[in-house]
Amino acid sequence: MSEPSQVEIELPAEIRDVEPVQSIRTPIRMTYDYIPSSSAIASLNAYAEKRILGGVSPIDGAVFVPPRGVDPRHGVATTETVDLPDTGHIGSFCVTRLPIPGREDLEIPYVSAWIFLDGADVGFLGLVSGVDTSEVHIGMRVKALWKPDDELGRTAENIVSWIPSGEPSLPFEEAGVRGYRKRSGAKGSDPLA
Amino acid sequence: MSKNNCAVVGVGQTKYQTTRGDVSMAGLVREAAYRALEDAEMSWSDIDAVVIGKAPDFFEGVMMPEIYLAEALGCAGKPILRVHTAGSVGGSTALVATSLIQAGIHERVLTLGFEKQSESNATWALSLPQPFSVSINAGAGGYFSPIIRQYMIESAAPELIGCMVAFKDRQHALRNPYAHLHQHDLTFDQVVEAPMLWEPIRYSETCPSSDGACAMVLGSESVGDASSKPVAWVQGTSMRSEANTFPGRNEVNPRASRECADDVFSQAGITDRRREIDVVEMYVPFSWYEPMWLESLGFAEIGEGWKMVEEGATHIDGGDLPVNCSGGVLSTNPIGASGMIRFAEAALQVRQMAGEHQVDGVQRSLGHAYGGGAQYFAMWILGDTKP
Repeated sequence: MSEPSQVEIELPAEIRDVEPVQSIRTPIRMTYDYIPSSSAIASLNAYAEKRILGGVSPIDGAVFVPPRGVDPRHGVATTETVDLPDTGHIGSFCVTRLPIPGREDLEIPYVSAWIFLDGADVGFLGLVSGVDTSEVHIGMRVKALWKPDDELGRTAENIVSWIPSGEPSLPFEEAGVRGYRKRSGAKGSDPLA
Repeated sequence: MSKNNCAVVGVGQTKYQTTRGDVSMAGLVREAAYRALEDAEMSWSDIDAVVIGKAPDFFEGVMMPEIYLAEALGCAGKPILRVHTAGSVGGSTALVATSLIQAGIHERVLTLGFEKQSESNATWALSLPQPFSVSINAGAGGYFSPIIRQYMIESAAPELIGCMVAFKDRQHALRNPYAHLHQHDLTFDQVVEAPMLWEPIRYSETCPSSDGACAMVLGSESVGDASSKPVAWVQGTSMRSEANTFPGRNEVNPRASRECADDVFSQAGITDRRREIDVVEMYVPFSWYEPMWLESLGFAEIGEGWKMVEEGATHIDGGDLPVNCSGGVLSTNPIGASGMIRFAEAALQVRQMAGEHQVDGVQRSLGHAYGGGAQYFAMWILGDTKP
Protein backbone atom coordinates (compact mmCIF):
# COMPACT_ATOMS: atom_id res chain seq x y z
CA MET A 1 0.00 0.00 0.00
CA SER A 2 1.17 3.49 -0.77
CA GLU A 3 0.62 4.95 2.70
CA PRO A 4 2.46 8.23 3.25
CA SER A 5 5.50 7.91 5.43
CA GLN A 6 5.01 8.97 9.02
CA VAL A 7 6.91 12.15 9.75
CA GLU A 8 8.19 12.63 13.29
CA ILE A 9 7.21 16.08 14.53
CA GLU A 10 9.34 17.60 17.23
CA LEU A 11 7.45 20.12 19.35
CA PRO A 12 9.22 23.10 20.94
CA ALA A 13 10.15 22.34 24.53
CA GLU A 14 7.79 24.95 25.99
CA ILE A 15 4.62 23.27 24.64
CA ARG A 16 5.66 19.64 24.89
CA ASP A 17 3.67 19.05 28.08
CA VAL A 18 0.57 20.98 27.01
CA GLU A 19 -2.58 18.91 26.54
CA PRO A 20 -3.24 18.58 22.79
CA VAL A 21 -6.35 20.26 21.35
CA GLN A 22 -8.48 17.53 19.77
CA SER A 23 -11.80 19.27 19.35
CA ILE A 24 -13.02 22.87 19.08
CA ARG A 25 -16.64 24.02 19.21
CA THR A 26 -17.34 27.30 17.45
CA PRO A 27 -21.04 28.23 17.55
CA ILE A 28 -21.94 30.50 14.66
CA ARG A 29 -24.95 32.62 13.81
CA MET A 30 -26.27 33.96 10.55
CA THR A 31 -29.12 36.36 9.94
CA TYR A 32 -30.59 36.78 6.50
CA ASP A 33 -33.44 38.47 4.69
CA TYR A 34 -36.14 36.21 3.35
CA ILE A 35 -37.62 37.31 0.04
CA PRO A 36 -40.82 35.32 -0.48
CA SER A 37 -42.14 34.13 -3.80
CA SER A 38 -45.27 35.79 -5.20
CA SER A 39 -47.56 33.06 -3.86
CA ALA A 40 -45.82 33.20 -0.48
CA ILE A 41 -46.27 36.98 -0.29
CA ALA A 42 -49.99 36.67 -0.90
CA SER A 43 -50.27 33.95 1.72
CA LEU A 44 -48.21 35.77 4.37
CA ASN A 45 -50.17 39.00 3.79
CA ALA A 46 -53.40 37.03 4.20
CA TYR A 47 -52.20 35.59 7.51
CA ALA A 48 -51.87 39.16 8.82
CA GLU A 49 -55.62 39.55 8.14
CA LYS A 50 -56.44 36.22 9.82
CA ARG A 51 -57.10 34.63 6.45
CA ILE A 52 -55.66 31.35 5.16
CA LEU A 53 -55.00 31.02 1.43
CA GLY A 54 -54.88 27.84 -0.65
CA GLY A 55 -53.54 27.32 -4.16
CA VAL A 56 -55.78 25.53 -6.66
CA SER A 57 -54.49 22.97 -9.17
CA PRO A 58 -55.57 23.81 -12.72
CA ILE A 59 -55.58 20.06 -13.48
CA ASP A 60 -58.12 18.70 -11.01
CA GLY A 61 -58.94 21.52 -8.58
CA ALA A 62 -56.94 20.02 -5.69
CA VAL A 63 -56.23 22.68 -3.04
CA PHE A 64 -52.73 23.13 -1.58
CA VAL A 65 -52.05 24.92 1.70
CA PRO A 66 -49.82 26.77 2.27
CA PRO A 67 -49.79 27.70 -1.42
CA ARG A 68 -46.35 27.11 -2.94
CA GLY A 69 -47.52 28.19 -6.36
CA VAL A 70 -47.18 24.70 -7.81
CA ASP A 71 -48.94 21.36 -8.09
CA PRO A 72 -45.97 18.99 -7.65
CA ARG A 73 -47.88 16.02 -9.08
CA HIS A 74 -48.18 17.57 -12.50
CA GLY A 75 -45.40 20.13 -12.47
CA VAL A 76 -47.76 22.99 -13.25
CA ALA A 77 -48.24 26.38 -11.65
CA THR A 78 -51.34 27.00 -9.55
CA THR A 79 -52.90 30.19 -10.89
CA GLU A 80 -55.95 30.59 -8.66
CA THR A 81 -56.09 31.03 -4.88
CA VAL A 82 -59.02 30.44 -2.53
CA ASP A 83 -59.77 31.48 1.03
CA LEU A 84 -59.94 28.53 3.40
CA PRO A 85 -61.75 28.36 6.74
CA ASP A 86 -59.73 28.11 9.95
CA THR A 87 -61.37 24.80 10.81
CA GLY A 88 -60.31 21.28 9.94
CA HIS A 89 -59.26 17.96 11.42
CA ILE A 90 -56.18 16.04 12.56
CA GLY A 91 -54.79 13.75 9.82
CA SER A 92 -52.22 12.19 12.14
CA PHE A 93 -50.04 13.36 15.00
CA CYS A 94 -47.06 12.85 17.29
CA VAL A 95 -46.90 13.26 21.03
CA THR A 96 -43.41 14.69 21.55
CA ARG A 97 -41.71 14.25 24.89
CA LEU A 98 -38.38 15.95 24.26
CA PRO A 99 -37.49 19.61 23.87
CA ILE A 100 -36.64 21.00 20.45
CA PRO A 101 -34.03 23.64 19.73
CA GLY A 102 -35.51 27.14 19.56
CA ARG A 103 -38.87 26.24 21.14
CA GLU A 104 -38.02 26.17 24.83
CA ASP A 105 -41.48 27.71 25.39
CA LEU A 106 -43.25 24.45 24.51
CA GLU A 107 -44.46 22.50 27.50
CA ILE A 108 -43.64 18.79 27.27
CA PRO A 109 -45.40 16.65 26.24
CA TYR A 110 -46.88 18.52 23.32
CA VAL A 111 -48.81 17.37 20.25
CA SER A 112 -47.71 18.25 16.73
CA ALA A 113 -50.33 17.27 14.16
CA TRP A 114 -50.98 17.28 10.45
CA ILE A 115 -53.89 19.71 10.17
CA PHE A 116 -56.19 19.20 7.18
CA LEU A 117 -58.33 22.31 6.71
CA ASP A 118 -61.88 21.96 5.41
CA GLY A 119 -61.60 22.29 1.65
CA ALA A 120 -57.84 21.57 1.49
CA ASP A 121 -56.27 18.44 0.02
CA VAL A 122 -52.92 18.46 1.83
CA GLY A 123 -52.10 18.95 5.48
CA PHE A 124 -49.56 21.10 7.30
CA LEU A 125 -47.98 20.89 10.74
CA GLY A 126 -49.65 22.59 13.68
CA LEU A 127 -49.52 22.51 17.46
CA VAL A 128 -52.59 21.09 19.23
CA SER A 129 -53.57 22.46 22.63
CA GLY A 130 -56.56 22.72 24.94
CA VAL A 131 -56.93 18.95 25.23
CA ASP A 132 -55.23 16.19 27.19
CA THR A 133 -52.67 14.41 24.96
CA SER A 134 -54.37 11.07 25.65
CA GLU A 135 -57.60 12.35 24.05
CA VAL A 136 -56.07 13.50 20.78
CA HIS A 137 -56.96 11.19 17.89
CA ILE A 138 -56.87 10.96 14.10
CA GLY A 139 -60.00 12.59 12.68
CA MET A 140 -60.49 14.96 15.65
CA ARG A 141 -62.08 18.28 14.58
CA VAL A 142 -60.08 21.41 15.42
CA LYS A 143 -60.17 25.18 14.93
CA ALA A 144 -57.45 27.81 14.92
CA LEU A 145 -56.52 29.75 18.04
CA TRP A 146 -55.26 33.10 16.68
CA LYS A 147 -52.99 35.58 18.39
CA PRO A 148 -54.64 38.79 19.60
CA ASP A 149 -55.31 41.18 16.70
CA ASP A 150 -52.63 43.65 17.81
CA GLU A 151 -49.97 40.92 17.68
CA LEU A 152 -50.72 39.69 14.16
CA GLY A 153 -47.88 39.69 11.64
CA ARG A 154 -47.19 38.32 8.20
CA THR A 155 -46.46 34.84 9.52
CA ALA A 156 -47.99 31.39 10.03
CA GLU A 157 -47.15 31.88 13.70
CA ASN A 158 -50.29 34.03 13.97
CA ILE A 159 -52.01 30.72 14.66
CA VAL A 160 -50.82 29.84 18.15
CA SER A 161 -52.30 26.36 18.08
CA TRP A 162 -55.27 24.25 17.07
CA ILE A 163 -57.92 23.50 19.67
CA PRO A 164 -60.79 21.00 19.62
CA SER A 165 -63.92 22.50 18.05
CA GLY A 166 -66.24 20.01 19.72
CA GLU A 167 -67.73 18.80 16.42
CA PRO A 168 -68.02 15.03 15.81
CA SER A 169 -64.75 13.42 14.65
CA LEU A 170 -64.16 12.10 11.14
CA PRO A 171 -63.73 8.34 10.82
CA PHE A 172 -60.09 7.20 10.32
CA GLU A 173 -60.91 6.18 6.73
CA GLU A 174 -61.78 9.77 5.82
CA ALA A 175 -59.10 11.57 7.81
CA GLY A 176 -55.84 12.97 6.48
CA VAL A 177 -54.56 11.74 3.12
CA ARG A 178 -57.31 9.10 3.05
CA GLY A 179 -59.92 11.86 2.64
CA TYR A 180 -58.61 12.91 -0.77
CA ARG A 181 -58.37 9.29 -1.94
CA LYS A 182 -61.98 8.74 -0.97
CA ARG A 183 -63.20 11.97 -2.58
CA SER A 184 -61.28 11.37 -5.78
CA GLY A 185 -62.20 7.69 -5.91
CA ALA A 186 -58.47 6.91 -5.58
CA LYS A 187 -58.02 8.11 -9.13
CA GLY A 188 -55.40 10.58 -7.98
CA SER A 189 -51.71 9.96 -8.30
CA ASP A 190 -51.92 6.75 -6.36
CA PRO A 191 -53.99 3.91 -7.82
CA LEU A 192 -52.96 1.50 -5.06
CA ALA A 193 -53.91 3.82 -2.24
CA MET B 1 -28.90 -0.90 -24.17
CA SER B 2 -26.74 -3.44 -22.43
CA LYS B 3 -24.71 -2.59 -19.36
CA ASN B 4 -21.22 -3.75 -18.44
CA ASN B 5 -21.07 -5.96 -15.37
CA CYS B 6 -20.06 -4.49 -12.03
CA ALA B 7 -18.78 -6.27 -8.93
CA VAL B 8 -18.17 -5.29 -5.32
CA VAL B 9 -14.53 -6.33 -4.79
CA GLY B 10 -13.76 -4.58 -1.49
CA VAL B 11 -15.56 -3.37 1.64
CA GLY B 12 -14.14 -1.25 4.46
CA GLN B 13 -15.79 0.13 7.59
CA THR B 14 -14.74 2.10 10.62
CA LYS B 15 -15.82 1.10 14.08
CA TYR B 16 -19.01 3.05 14.64
CA GLN B 17 -19.37 4.95 17.91
CA THR B 18 -20.83 8.12 19.42
CA THR B 19 -17.63 10.12 19.11
CA ARG B 20 -14.54 9.37 17.07
CA GLY B 21 -12.54 12.06 18.81
CA ASP B 22 -9.25 10.50 17.72
CA VAL B 23 -9.70 11.35 14.03
CA SER B 24 -10.77 14.30 11.91
CA MET B 25 -13.36 13.92 9.16
CA ALA B 26 -10.49 13.25 6.77
CA GLY B 27 -9.01 10.60 9.07
CA LEU B 28 -12.40 8.96 9.39
CA VAL B 29 -13.02 8.58 5.65
CA ARG B 30 -9.43 7.54 5.01
CA GLU B 31 -9.73 4.72 7.54
CA ALA B 32 -12.76 3.20 5.77
CA ALA B 33 -11.27 3.74 2.32
CA TYR B 34 -7.95 2.17 3.33
CA ARG B 35 -9.72 -0.92 4.63
CA ALA B 36 -11.78 -1.24 1.44
CA LEU B 37 -8.59 -1.03 -0.65
CA GLU B 38 -6.94 -3.60 1.59
CA ASP B 39 -9.91 -5.94 1.15
CA ALA B 40 -9.75 -5.39 -2.63
CA GLU B 41 -5.96 -5.95 -2.60
CA MET B 42 -5.47 -2.61 -4.34
CA SER B 43 -3.62 0.61 -3.64
CA TRP B 44 -4.70 4.25 -4.01
CA SER B 45 -3.16 4.47 -7.46
CA ASP B 46 -5.40 1.67 -8.78
CA ILE B 47 -8.53 3.78 -8.29
CA ASP B 48 -9.91 5.74 -11.27
CA ALA B 49 -12.48 7.90 -9.47
CA VAL B 50 -14.23 8.49 -6.13
CA VAL B 51 -17.97 8.87 -5.52
CA ILE B 52 -18.80 10.19 -2.07
CA GLY B 53 -22.01 10.91 -0.16
CA LYS B 54 -23.10 12.31 3.16
CA ALA B 55 -26.12 13.96 4.76
CA PRO B 56 -26.70 17.68 4.11
CA ASP B 57 -23.62 19.85 4.70
CA PHE B 58 -25.28 21.91 7.43
CA PHE B 59 -25.23 18.89 9.74
CA GLU B 60 -21.52 19.41 10.48
CA GLY B 61 -21.38 22.90 9.01
CA VAL B 62 -18.61 22.02 6.56
CA MET B 63 -19.67 23.06 3.09
CA MET B 64 -18.74 20.80 0.17
CA PRO B 65 -16.48 18.63 2.35
CA GLU B 66 -15.70 16.43 -0.67
CA ILE B 67 -13.34 19.15 -1.88
CA TYR B 68 -11.13 18.98 1.18
CA LEU B 69 -11.53 15.20 1.60
CA ALA B 70 -10.31 14.41 -1.92
CA GLU B 71 -6.70 14.37 -0.83
CA ALA B 72 -7.36 12.07 2.13
CA LEU B 73 -9.02 9.70 -0.34
CA GLY B 74 -6.02 9.60 -2.65
CA CYS B 75 -8.10 11.45 -5.19
CA ALA B 76 -6.03 14.56 -5.99
CA GLY B 77 -6.07 14.94 -9.76
CA LYS B 78 -8.81 12.36 -10.23
CA PRO B 79 -12.57 12.75 -10.73
CA ILE B 80 -14.62 13.02 -7.53
CA LEU B 81 -18.39 13.18 -7.50
CA ARG B 82 -20.64 14.12 -4.60
CA VAL B 83 -24.15 12.72 -4.19
CA HIS B 84 -27.01 14.33 -2.19
CA THR B 85 -30.19 12.38 -1.41
CA ALA B 86 -30.70 12.92 2.34
CA GLY B 87 -30.83 9.67 4.37
CA SER B 88 -30.81 7.42 1.31
CA VAL B 89 -27.54 9.01 0.17
CA GLY B 90 -25.32 6.06 1.06
CA GLY B 91 -27.36 3.86 -1.27
CA SER B 92 -27.65 6.42 -4.05
CA THR B 93 -23.91 7.07 -3.86
CA ALA B 94 -23.13 3.40 -4.39
CA LEU B 95 -25.55 3.35 -7.34
CA VAL B 96 -23.91 6.37 -8.98
CA ALA B 97 -20.54 4.63 -8.59
CA THR B 98 -22.03 1.45 -10.08
CA SER B 99 -23.31 3.40 -13.08
CA LEU B 100 -19.78 4.64 -13.82
CA ILE B 101 -18.60 1.03 -14.08
CA GLN B 102 -21.67 -0.18 -15.96
CA ALA B 103 -21.31 2.63 -18.48
CA GLY B 104 -17.72 1.62 -19.12
CA ILE B 105 -16.35 4.99 -17.99
CA HIS B 106 -14.12 3.56 -15.24
CA GLU B 107 -12.63 0.19 -14.25
CA ARG B 108 -12.27 0.71 -10.49
CA VAL B 109 -14.29 3.19 -8.44
CA LEU B 110 -13.99 3.89 -4.72
CA THR B 111 -17.34 4.85 -3.18
CA LEU B 112 -17.84 6.09 0.33
CA GLY B 113 -20.41 7.48 2.75
CA PHE B 114 -19.72 9.11 6.10
CA GLU B 115 -21.05 11.22 8.93
CA LYS B 116 -19.45 12.70 12.00
CA GLN B 117 -22.55 13.27 14.09
CA SER B 118 -20.48 14.17 17.14
CA GLU B 119 -19.52 17.38 15.29
CA SER B 120 -23.13 17.98 14.31
CA ASN B 121 -26.62 18.29 15.75
CA ALA B 122 -29.05 16.34 13.60
CA THR B 123 -32.18 17.19 15.59
CA TRP B 124 -31.34 20.89 15.23
CA ALA B 125 -30.57 20.46 11.54
CA LEU B 126 -33.88 18.67 10.95
CA SER B 127 -35.92 21.18 12.98
CA LEU B 128 -34.89 24.40 11.21
CA PRO B 129 -37.52 27.12 11.34
CA GLN B 130 -38.95 27.95 7.92
CA PRO B 131 -40.74 31.15 7.04
CA PHE B 132 -43.93 29.40 5.95
CA SER B 133 -44.55 27.15 8.92
CA VAL B 134 -44.39 27.02 12.68
CA SER B 135 -41.35 25.36 14.24
CA ILE B 136 -42.68 22.40 16.19
CA ASN B 137 -41.23 19.36 14.44
CA ALA B 138 -38.70 17.57 16.62
CA GLY B 139 -36.28 15.98 14.17
CA ALA B 140 -36.86 12.84 12.15
CA GLY B 141 -38.82 11.11 14.92
CA GLY B 142 -41.35 13.91 14.97
CA TYR B 143 -41.82 13.50 11.23
CA PHE B 144 -42.13 9.70 11.09
CA SER B 145 -44.20 9.18 14.24
CA PRO B 146 -47.51 10.27 12.60
CA ILE B 147 -46.81 7.93 9.67
CA ILE B 148 -46.07 4.98 11.95
CA ARG B 149 -49.24 5.76 13.90
CA GLN B 150 -51.28 5.38 10.71
CA TYR B 151 -49.57 2.07 9.85
CA MET B 152 -50.37 0.71 13.32
CA ILE B 153 -54.06 1.52 12.83
CA GLU B 154 -54.29 0.39 9.20
CA SER B 155 -52.55 -2.95 9.85
CA ALA B 156 -54.06 -3.56 13.31
CA ALA B 157 -50.62 -4.83 14.30
CA PRO B 158 -50.01 -5.84 17.93
CA GLU B 159 -48.60 -2.94 19.94
CA LEU B 160 -45.20 -4.50 20.66
CA ILE B 161 -44.15 -5.39 17.09
CA GLY B 162 -41.84 -2.35 17.02
CA CYS B 163 -40.19 -3.48 20.26
CA MET B 164 -39.64 -6.95 18.75
CA VAL B 165 -37.81 -5.39 15.79
CA ALA B 166 -35.67 -3.19 18.05
CA PHE B 167 -34.74 -6.12 20.30
CA LYS B 168 -33.89 -8.33 17.30
CA ASP B 169 -31.64 -5.73 15.69
CA ARG B 170 -29.78 -5.08 18.96
CA GLN B 171 -29.26 -8.85 19.31
CA HIS B 172 -27.94 -9.00 15.76
CA ALA B 173 -25.56 -6.11 16.50
CA LEU B 174 -23.80 -8.20 19.16
CA ARG B 175 -22.46 -10.34 16.30
CA ASN B 176 -21.08 -7.35 14.39
CA PRO B 177 -17.85 -5.92 15.81
CA TYR B 178 -18.32 -2.66 13.84
CA ALA B 179 -21.83 -1.95 15.22
CA HIS B 180 -22.23 1.09 17.46
CA LEU B 181 -24.60 -0.36 20.07
CA HIS B 182 -23.48 -3.51 21.85
CA GLN B 183 -26.10 -3.88 24.57
CA HIS B 184 -25.12 -7.26 25.97
CA ASP B 185 -27.52 -7.22 28.91
CA LEU B 186 -30.51 -5.67 27.16
CA THR B 187 -33.80 -7.48 27.83
CA PHE B 188 -37.03 -7.32 25.85
CA ASP B 189 -38.76 -5.84 28.91
CA GLN B 190 -36.26 -2.99 28.97
CA VAL B 191 -37.07 -2.22 25.34
CA VAL B 192 -40.80 -2.16 26.16
CA GLU B 193 -40.37 -0.07 29.31
CA ALA B 194 -38.20 2.60 27.67
CA PRO B 195 -39.78 6.06 27.70
CA MET B 196 -41.78 7.34 24.75
CA LEU B 197 -39.89 10.06 22.87
CA TRP B 198 -42.12 10.65 19.87
CA GLU B 199 -45.17 8.62 20.88
CA PRO B 200 -45.76 5.96 19.56
CA ILE B 201 -41.95 5.72 19.16
CA ARG B 202 -39.99 4.72 22.24
CA TYR B 203 -36.40 5.78 22.94
CA SER B 204 -35.44 2.10 22.51
CA GLU B 205 -37.06 2.03 19.05
CA THR B 206 -34.91 4.77 17.55
CA CYS B 207 -31.44 4.76 16.04
CA PRO B 208 -28.37 6.07 17.86
CA SER B 209 -26.26 9.02 16.72
CA SER B 210 -22.96 7.73 15.34
CA ASP B 211 -19.64 8.72 13.83
CA GLY B 212 -18.39 6.51 11.04
CA ALA B 213 -17.60 5.84 7.41
CA CYS B 214 -18.20 2.94 5.06
CA ALA B 215 -16.45 2.39 1.73
CA MET B 216 -16.59 -0.03 -1.17
CA VAL B 217 -14.37 -0.68 -4.17
CA LEU B 218 -16.42 -1.46 -7.26
CA GLY B 219 -14.84 -3.04 -10.30
CA SER B 220 -15.63 -3.94 -13.89
CA GLU B 221 -16.17 -7.53 -15.04
CA SER B 222 -12.45 -8.09 -15.66
CA VAL B 223 -11.59 -6.63 -12.25
CA GLY B 224 -14.17 -8.89 -10.61
CA ASP B 225 -12.90 -11.94 -12.50
CA ALA B 226 -9.32 -11.20 -11.41
CA SER B 227 -10.17 -10.96 -7.71
CA SER B 228 -8.64 -13.62 -5.48
CA LYS B 229 -11.59 -13.29 -3.09
CA PRO B 230 -15.30 -13.88 -3.66
CA VAL B 231 -17.02 -10.85 -5.21
CA ALA B 232 -20.66 -9.73 -5.25
CA TRP B 233 -22.11 -9.10 -8.72
CA VAL B 234 -24.64 -6.33 -9.21
CA GLN B 235 -27.84 -7.89 -10.57
CA GLY B 236 -30.13 -4.88 -10.33
CA THR B 237 -30.09 -1.21 -9.30
CA SER B 238 -32.91 1.30 -8.93
CA MET B 239 -33.65 4.76 -7.57
CA ARG B 240 -36.99 6.55 -7.27
CA SER B 241 -38.18 9.80 -5.69
CA GLU B 242 -41.48 11.54 -4.99
CA ALA B 243 -42.62 14.82 -3.41
CA ASN B 244 -43.06 14.61 0.35
CA THR B 245 -46.55 16.04 0.27
CA PHE B 246 -49.30 15.89 -2.33
CA PRO B 247 -53.00 15.08 -2.26
CA GLY B 248 -53.67 11.45 -1.40
CA ARG B 249 -50.00 10.60 -0.96
CA ASN B 250 -49.62 7.13 0.52
CA GLU B 251 -47.16 8.07 3.25
CA VAL B 252 -47.12 4.59 4.80
CA ASN B 253 -46.35 2.79 1.55
CA PRO B 254 -45.06 5.38 -0.92
CA ARG B 255 -45.51 4.80 -4.61
CA ALA B 256 -41.81 5.61 -5.23
CA SER B 257 -40.87 2.78 -2.87
CA ARG B 258 -43.12 0.24 -4.58
CA GLU B 259 -42.00 1.21 -8.06
CA CYS B 260 -38.33 1.16 -7.04
CA ALA B 261 -38.80 -2.37 -5.66
CA ASP B 262 -40.68 -3.56 -8.76
CA ASP B 263 -37.89 -2.24 -10.95
CA VAL B 264 -34.99 -3.77 -9.04
CA PHE B 265 -36.62 -7.21 -8.65
CA SER B 266 -37.57 -7.22 -12.31
CA GLN B 267 -33.97 -6.45 -13.37
CA ALA B 268 -32.74 -9.38 -11.26
CA GLY B 269 -35.39 -11.69 -12.78
CA ILE B 270 -36.94 -12.35 -9.37
CA THR B 271 -40.61 -13.31 -9.17
CA ASP B 272 -40.92 -14.93 -5.72
CA ARG B 273 -39.26 -12.22 -3.68
CA ARG B 274 -39.33 -13.87 -0.25
CA ARG B 275 -37.99 -17.19 -1.55
CA GLU B 276 -35.40 -15.90 -4.00
CA ILE B 277 -33.76 -13.32 -1.71
CA ASP B 278 -31.68 -14.86 1.07
CA VAL B 279 -30.96 -11.86 3.25
CA VAL B 280 -31.97 -8.17 3.40
CA GLU B 281 -30.19 -5.09 4.69
CA MET B 282 -33.01 -2.59 5.03
CA TYR B 283 -33.01 1.05 6.18
CA VAL B 284 -34.91 0.93 9.50
CA PRO B 285 -34.14 3.98 11.67
CA PHE B 286 -37.39 3.55 13.61
CA SER B 287 -38.41 -0.01 14.46
CA TRP B 288 -41.85 0.03 12.82
CA TYR B 289 -40.28 0.64 9.43
CA GLU B 290 -39.27 -3.03 9.23
CA PRO B 291 -42.84 -4.35 8.82
CA MET B 292 -43.74 -1.30 6.71
CA TRP B 293 -40.90 -1.91 4.25
CA LEU B 294 -41.47 -5.69 4.24
CA GLU B 295 -44.88 -4.86 2.75
CA SER B 296 -43.70 -2.12 0.45
CA LEU B 297 -40.91 -4.33 -0.91
CA GLY B 298 -43.39 -7.12 -1.58
CA PHE B 299 -41.99 -9.63 0.91
CA ALA B 300 -45.39 -9.60 2.67
CA GLU B 301 -48.96 -8.75 1.70
CA ILE B 302 -50.21 -5.27 2.58
CA GLY B 303 -51.04 -5.15 6.29
CA GLU B 304 -49.18 -8.38 7.06
CA GLY B 305 -45.53 -7.38 7.36
CA TRP B 306 -45.82 -7.42 11.14
CA LYS B 307 -46.67 -11.13 11.03
CA MET B 308 -43.20 -11.89 9.64
CA VAL B 309 -41.72 -10.00 12.59
CA GLU B 310 -43.97 -11.82 15.05
CA GLU B 311 -43.06 -15.23 13.55
CA GLY B 312 -39.34 -14.49 13.76
CA ALA B 313 -39.01 -14.70 9.95
CA THR B 314 -36.56 -11.80 9.97
CA HIS B 315 -34.34 -13.09 12.79
CA ILE B 316 -30.90 -14.41 11.87
CA ASP B 317 -31.59 -17.54 13.93
CA GLY B 318 -34.20 -19.59 12.14
CA GLY B 319 -35.73 -16.84 10.01
CA ASP B 320 -36.31 -17.55 6.32
CA LEU B 321 -35.66 -13.88 5.40
CA PRO B 322 -33.14 -12.47 7.91
CA VAL B 323 -33.28 -8.66 7.98
CA ASN B 324 -30.41 -6.46 9.20
CA CYS B 325 -28.05 -9.16 10.47
CA SER B 326 -25.52 -6.37 11.01
CA GLY B 327 -27.80 -4.76 13.61
CA GLY B 328 -29.10 -2.25 11.07
CA VAL B 329 -29.61 1.49 11.41
CA LEU B 330 -31.22 0.83 14.81
CA SER B 331 -27.76 -0.16 16.08
CA THR B 332 -25.56 2.17 13.99
CA ASN B 333 -26.46 5.50 12.39
CA PRO B 334 -23.75 7.67 10.87
CA ILE B 335 -26.47 9.16 8.64
CA GLY B 336 -24.56 9.67 5.40
CA ALA B 337 -22.97 6.24 5.71
CA SER B 338 -26.09 4.35 6.85
CA GLY B 339 -27.34 3.58 3.33
CA MET B 340 -23.84 2.60 2.20
CA ILE B 341 -23.56 0.22 5.18
CA ARG B 342 -26.78 -1.52 4.06
CA PHE B 343 -25.37 -1.92 0.55
CA ALA B 344 -21.95 -3.04 1.81
CA GLU B 345 -23.40 -5.53 4.30
CA ALA B 346 -25.51 -6.99 1.46
CA ALA B 347 -22.21 -7.46 -0.41
CA LEU B 348 -20.45 -9.07 2.56
CA GLN B 349 -23.30 -11.60 2.87
CA VAL B 350 -23.02 -12.63 -0.80
CA ARG B 351 -19.22 -12.85 -0.45
CA GLN B 352 -19.66 -15.03 2.67
CA MET B 353 -17.48 -12.53 4.53
CA ALA B 354 -19.90 -11.23 7.18
CA GLY B 355 -18.22 -13.14 9.98
CA GLU B 356 -20.38 -13.94 12.99
CA HIS B 357 -23.48 -12.42 11.42
CA GLN B 358 -23.07 -14.36 8.15
CA VAL B 359 -26.20 -16.21 6.99
CA ASP B 360 -25.41 -19.64 5.58
CA GLY B 361 -25.51 -20.12 1.83
CA VAL B 362 -26.44 -16.61 0.72
CA GLN B 363 -26.67 -16.40 -3.05
CA ARG B 364 -28.67 -13.21 -3.40
CA SER B 365 -29.14 -10.20 -1.14
CA LEU B 366 -31.04 -6.91 -1.20
CA GLY B 367 -29.55 -3.59 -0.03
CA HIS B 368 -32.11 -0.85 0.65
CA ALA B 369 -32.03 2.79 1.71
CA TYR B 370 -34.61 5.57 2.04
CA GLY B 371 -34.40 9.25 2.87
CA GLY B 372 -36.15 12.59 3.25
CA GLY B 373 -39.78 12.25 4.24
CA ALA B 374 -39.72 8.60 3.06
CA GLN B 375 -39.52 9.97 -0.47
CA TYR B 376 -36.07 9.02 -1.84
CA PHE B 377 -35.33 5.33 -2.46
CA ALA B 378 -32.23 3.41 -3.51
CA MET B 379 -31.95 -0.37 -3.86
CA TRP B 380 -29.62 -2.96 -5.28
CA ILE B 381 -29.66 -6.71 -5.61
CA LEU B 382 -26.37 -8.59 -5.46
CA GLY B 383 -25.61 -12.17 -6.36
CA ASP B 384 -22.75 -14.65 -6.31
CA THR B 385 -23.07 -15.06 -10.09
CA LYS B 386 -23.03 -12.59 -12.96
CA PRO B 387 -26.45 -11.40 -14.10
